[in-house]
Amino acid sequence: MKPESKAARVLENYAFAKRDKLIPILQDIQAADGFLSKQAVLEVARHLKIPSSKVYGVATFYNQFRFKPLGRHHIMICRGTACHVKGSAAVLKMTEEALGIKAGDTTRDGLFSIEVVACIGACGLAPVISINGEFHAKITPDKIKKLVDEIKTTEKSNGAK
Amino acid sequence: MAQNNGTFESNLAAIPASARKNFLTRAFGSEDYAVRAAALRRETRSRAVIYIGAGTCGLAAGAAKTLEAARKHIKDNKLEADVLEVGCIGYCAAEPLLDVQLPGHARVSFQRATGDAVPALLDSVFRDKAPLKDNILGQFTEPGAKKWSKVPLLSEHPFFFKQMRFVLKHCGIVNPLSIEEHIARGGYSAFLKVIHTMTPQHACEAVEASGLRGRGGGGFPTGKKWKIALASDADQKYIICNADEGDPGAFMDRAVIEGDPHRVLEGIAIGAYAIHASKAYIYIRAEYPLAVKNLRRAIEQAKAYGLLGENIFGSGFDLDVIIKMGAGAFVCGEETALMNSIEGRRGMPKPRPPYPAVKGLFGKPTVINNVETFANVAEIMFLGPQVFADIGTKNSKGTKVFALSGKVNRTGLVEIPMGTTLREIVFDIGGGIENGLAFKAVQIGGPSGGCIPDNKMDTQVDYESLKTVGAMMGSGGLVVMDEKTCMVDVAKFFMDFIKRESCGKCIPCREGTMRMLEILKSITRHRRGEKENEALARFSGIINLENLSQVIRETSLCGLGQTAPNPVLSTLRWFRDEYEAHIFERRCPAGACTEMLEFSIDQDKCKGCTLCARACPTQAIVGKIKLPHYIVSEKCISCGSCRTICKFKAVSAA
Repeated sequence: MKPESKAARVLENYAFAKRDKLIPILQDIQAADGFLSKQAVLEVARHLKIPSSKVYGVATFYNQFRFKPLGRHHIMICRGTACHVKGSAAVLKMTEEALGIKAGDTTRDGLFSIEVVACIGACGLAPVISINGEFHAKITPDKIKKLVDEIKTTEKSNGAK
Repeated sequence: MAQNNGTFESNLAAIPASARKNFLTRAFGSEDYAVRAAALRRETRSRAVIYIGAGTCGLAAGAAKTLEAARKHIKDNKLEADVLEVGCIGYCAAEPLLDVQLPGHARVSFQRATGDAVPALLDSVFRDKAPLKDNILGQFTEPGAKKWSKVPLLSEHPFFFKQMRFVLKHCGIVNPLSIEEHIARGGYSAFLKVIHTMTPQHACEAVEASGLRGRGGGGFPTGKKWKIALASDADQKYIICNADEGDPGAFMDRAVIEGDPHRVLEGIAIGAYAIHASKAYIYIRAEYPLAVKNLRRAIEQAKAYGLLGENIFGSGFDLDVIIKMGAGAFVCGEETALMNSIEGRRGMPKPRPPYPAVKGLFGKPTVINNVETFANVAEIMFLGPQVFADIGTKNSKGTKVFALSGKVNRTGLVEIPMGTTLREIVFDIGGGIENGLAFKAVQIGGPSGGCIPDNKMDTQVDYESLKTVGAMMGSGGLVVMDEKTCMVDVAKFFMDFIKRESCGKCIPCREGTMRMLEILKSITRHRRGEKENEALARFSGIINLENLSQVIRETSLCGLGQTAPNPVLSTLRWFRDEYEAHIFERRCPAGACTEMLEFSIDQDKCKGCTLCARACPTQAIVGKIKLPHYIVSEKCISCGSCRTICKFKAVSAA
């Protein structure tokens, strides 16, 4: 028997869906899978009976959709105005250097990924980042380096066990 | 017409007796509603209540640990107290916030209540009956409650003193997950009054009479917009609540939804009735998980109460509310782009006319308003339009919520009546600039707005006055900048944002913003090894910068494109000298364009303490202990950590 993909399972909930459900479907698939695979895009297109180019067009238009798997620790760095004024550019630069990847990428070992977001909405506590949904306020380049190093050490000790 | 100064009782008195009885029974059971409502407002109670501000910002500041510590403390000491997670009261700089309300006593509020501080704070109230001074923020003014001695009133705190809470009235006060508490404070009585006693035409007129204008940026009169949609004949109409707060630096919509979702829902329901819409969409950012959760919950509760659904309380009015998650596109703040997004397409704007109020979502008449507008609608209908019309200036009525952030002492959500000056907001409410630095400018209106310099700070906050100084109301972000903020860098930041967010439909916006960004980048770059043709390109770019802005502004289709050059134009207008310093003198007066800086260590001043070498995130500083250190410029990322940490002022940047 062919193993059922996560995308197919999501599509079961949208039996008679029309075009206006496209974005919710993509969001659900991404929530289940962490990203949109080529396979998933094709399946959605077949399900909604629209060209896969259209599906891909919509998916690439919005910032939310990713086409690469996430790292186990997903770092979101806020680049809103308040965060910028308070030095989030240096935080981003430091993170990129500490991990050796650019924003939008995932490290080779799959441990980290960085994403830049327009505004998390906690401007009063700028600069703000979130790691796996947990918010950290008033971040400095030093603090982010420490956070990353901490995660690296715990991951290493977990791996050694 | 609606009478003035409406109350819960007067609003409900107008509706049919059967509907009134039905509503009160659902909310308060068989008990006398006045007694039950007072209890829900916590005016009468036997147990203490501990409130913790657990909005997204509170959680970022560590409210989760506060919550845990408070629960543990109650358990360990066997205290008679309930813990309640509330939304944000708006004073972000003081977070995490913890309030305690003992039976019979006024509610007292503590700031910076981190997990470690909680036991001492709770002991000071529960055991010593003398709230700890170091963390005290103030006490609430409550009728019938005993005041704490030696505790200042919260309403007299400089952050709250000049504010007028209209939209944020209940944020941080009520439990956002409880519809009963909302009703106990008058919620949904306005909606029931509207659907039972007013025609849609009347409802539109009442909103028009209040003078309410759209709070999303444009400032179009809300009542007028509704009337156009009401007049359009169609079998189906839609109302959309735009909660896709895309402006970086604005977070009031998030706070309102997190802290008081029912108010927004009630406003939407009133709007839907006023234009004959039976379907409402709430288009909300996926970046706001807590707001989405609270809103979902609020909709479920309202449905269970029969306040949404079919034939609402026997009025014959049907309404279905659907949440649509935005997928992250700034351009979706534009009405037509937002509708495209709901339809499952790329969020690109369409030419207008036809206006959405005539031909909008799925080709049907549609009204779009933002969260703050709907929150205002609920309060206007509750109190009556005149109360709202009495606040503010001639053409801008009511209050406006601003998200005050950046380099100001007291950051947070600020709600002021229209007509307050920017100086009052930044210096009186915000408490001036951090670390005693000099004020430079305040950025208002997000990427489409502008920067306002010190000599224009006495400008009143209203739609027209802000335009005269090259800015706009926008959705309400206020980012304060001090002398260390470079205005060219700010312009570059916004251009980078707009370039990324341009949808790509109109060439002037798509290509023009790219070129403008390139020009700004070229003047903030160091010129080591710059080639002749690069210098020439930089030169011609500078000459064309203003011209290019003009073209983008005049030839773009939507609001994003038309206002795209604003960050550059407004900074050029007020801070031309900074541009000139970058161009002619090749230096950044604020020292913020780090690429133009080269860090070095003064060999005479350096004592070799190794502090900088240890602070350097890239190990760019080398040297032996007790001997002068030096910086390897290839490794240096110009972060400035060494300059900050050096005790001997040996690090300089030039």
